[in-house]
Amino acid sequence: MATSVSVQNLTLKFGSAEVLKNLNLDVEEGEFIVLLGPSGCGKSTLLNCLAGLLELSEGQIHIKGKNVTWAEPSERGIGMVFQSYALYPQMTVRGNMSFGLKIAGMPKDQIEQRVQRASEILQIGPLLDRKPGALSGGQRQRVAIGRALVREVDVFLFDEPLSNLDAKLRSELRVELKRLHNRLKNTMIYVTHDQIEALTLADRIAIMRGGIIQQLDEPHTIYNRPANLFVAGFIGSPAMNFIKGATTNGGRIFQSGEINLDLSQYEGGAVMDRSKAIIGLRPEHITIVDAAIPGQTIPAVVEIDEPMGADSLVWLLVDGRQMSVRVPFEHRPKAGTPVHLKVDIAKSSLFDETNELRI
Amino acid sequence: MANSPTLSGPSGAKPRPFITPQRFVVYSVLIVCAVFFLFPLYIMIITSLKNIQEIQGGNIFVPTMSPTLDAWEKAWNSACTGLYCEGIKVGLWNSIKITVPSTIVSIAVASVTGYSLANWPFKFSEVFFAVLLLANFIPYIVMLYPLVIITSKMGIYSTLPAVILVHTIFGLPVQTLLFRNYFASLPQELFKAARVDGAGYWGIFFQIFVPMATPIFTVSIILQVTGIWNDFLFGVIFAGPTNYPMTVQLNNIVNSATGGKAYNVDMAATILTGLVPLTIYFVSGKYFVRGIAAGAVKG
Repeated sequence: MATSVSVQNLTLKFGSAEVLKNLNLDVEEGEFIVLLGPSGCGKSTLLNCLAGLLELSEGQIHIKGKNVTWAEPSERGIGMVFQSYALYPQMTVRGNMSFGLKIAGMPKDQIEQRVQRASEILQIGPLLDRKPGALSGGQRQRVAIGRALVREVDVFLFDEPLSNLDAKLRSELRVELKRLHNRLKNTMIYVTHDQIEALTLADRIAIMRGGIIQQLDEPHTIYNRPANLFVAGFIGSPAMNFIKGATTNGGRIFQSGEINLDLSQYEGGAVMDRSKAIIGLRPEHITIVDAAIPGQTIPAVVEIDEPMGADSLVWLLVDGRQMSVRVPFEHRPKAGTPVHLKVDIAKSSLFDETNELRI
Repeated sequence: MANSPTLSGPSGAKPRPFITPQRFVVYSVLIVCAVFFLFPLYIMIITSLKNIQEIQGGNIFVPTMSPTLDAWEKAWNSACTGLYCEGIKVGLWNSIKITVPSTIVSIAVASVTGYSLANWPFKFSEVFFAVLLLANFIPYIVMLYPLVIITSKMGIYSTLPAVILVHTIFGLPVQTLLFRNYFASLPQELFKAARVDGAGYWGIFFQIFVPMATPIFTVSIILQVTGIWNDFLFGVIFAGPTNYPMTVQLNNIVNSATGGKAYNVDMAATILTGLVPLTIYFVSGKYFVRGIAAGAVKG
């Protein structure tokens, strides 16, 4: 597949602060890429650079093989959807959608055709003559998507498009966006801080922190094989459990106080002996058992449980520190019971504490 | 039934006394203020309706028994302003000729400047804005003499263009501040969306921002029209005798000493002069407050 968007050595400075640091990103044609990260990680800034709304300090941006580093936003072949919808309040829905095409000098009948097509796809036909003020949040965001759609561009940029909507509408529009992508097959670059959106929508997720892409991978890989401690802690809700310790016996044993875990099933690189290591265990990869199994279990005491419908999240104390385990609701243990936690080493992640990278 | 809530005792809206001590204080202060500001107006109106004998003989506070519009007619048509005796109507036309172009030019310049400062930051734009604000605090008396020299070097001293230019210059700081703050308070994403749609500097200004800026244009127009209409100093210095605005003509009527003071004519001329700003405030008070609030949201 051809490359649709290519970012090369992009650096952006505001004064002396480097917001984006020597960033590289290649997006395949038709790919749905999600930029995910905490506030201030530079994800929206990167999107604004791609759109041409911010001038970069160093590096290049190519879209469809064309160097657009210095091109105006409208010359880049992009459409953009904003968090606050950013509809022009004095224009009707039709006016909003056709504004860009009018500026481009497109003939009227052609504009009308495109508006009709987009409004069919998004099912906003009956709203065309209304003003944005008379629309609900979900309808407004649909119109905003329509405004990007009529431009018939190669690349769609979404800047947290669902963040202003309530939870129910958000999940509805999320599915609709995925459907839209399946239908149009355009390249889409989507910024969000919501990991559910990222995991459900993305072909690949780029996790960002401090202006650097920490990991760029398929959602499944990001979730199961996080590249470093930050990604491991950021993705997953409830969060991954971390136990600090060391690897001994030539990397065959993870040892932390009373805990000894057999690492022979670990699926990763060469473990070796490391004086400072961290094991990461997802709450759903731990089961509660009654009796200890040497090398596979951790002794713990049940503290409280949080019923979450089908499951229950059980909080336990291990060596005075908290850990969470997801269990079926019927199997939740009583508070205060001493139990043993059986760990699935094959699904665990080991990190070197010194460089925080996955082993 | 024993355990159901009973319907006896208080229910519905809580009764309130017609007048409480707090209300009494608030109303007293408001009434005193209203009387304080309306009383002069009352005296002006009744005096303008009296004839000169009644004024010289009677009590200033007592309304006239035989009201007459003679003084108004004289003030409008034949009161003497120095050499000419054509009344205040000449001044009205001059004031319009000064106010309308000055308002249009100053608002046109200020709205574009404010838009640039808010949305198209350039190198040192913040410094530029700070200097503009600072200029606001310099007493304009300081700049009068240099401006006289500048306009005379330009060859427009004592003409209509000179006074329009001066009003535009002195209107800019406040007007620019108003427009900058208003445009800065509009969502930034709107500006970005318009840029992605391909609209340029003027396209965004005229097609997106101006239609959204009705409240701030209203405030600006009110401020400029009343300010320029009420101006005396710039009019008397820069406009030249043939273009003297109403305020200057009024001064001349009041000060031309021919015989006894015609208080009734003076009062009528004063009310006529003040009528324009007064009407504007009455008609647009609501929009004015709304617009001021809209402009003040973001600094």
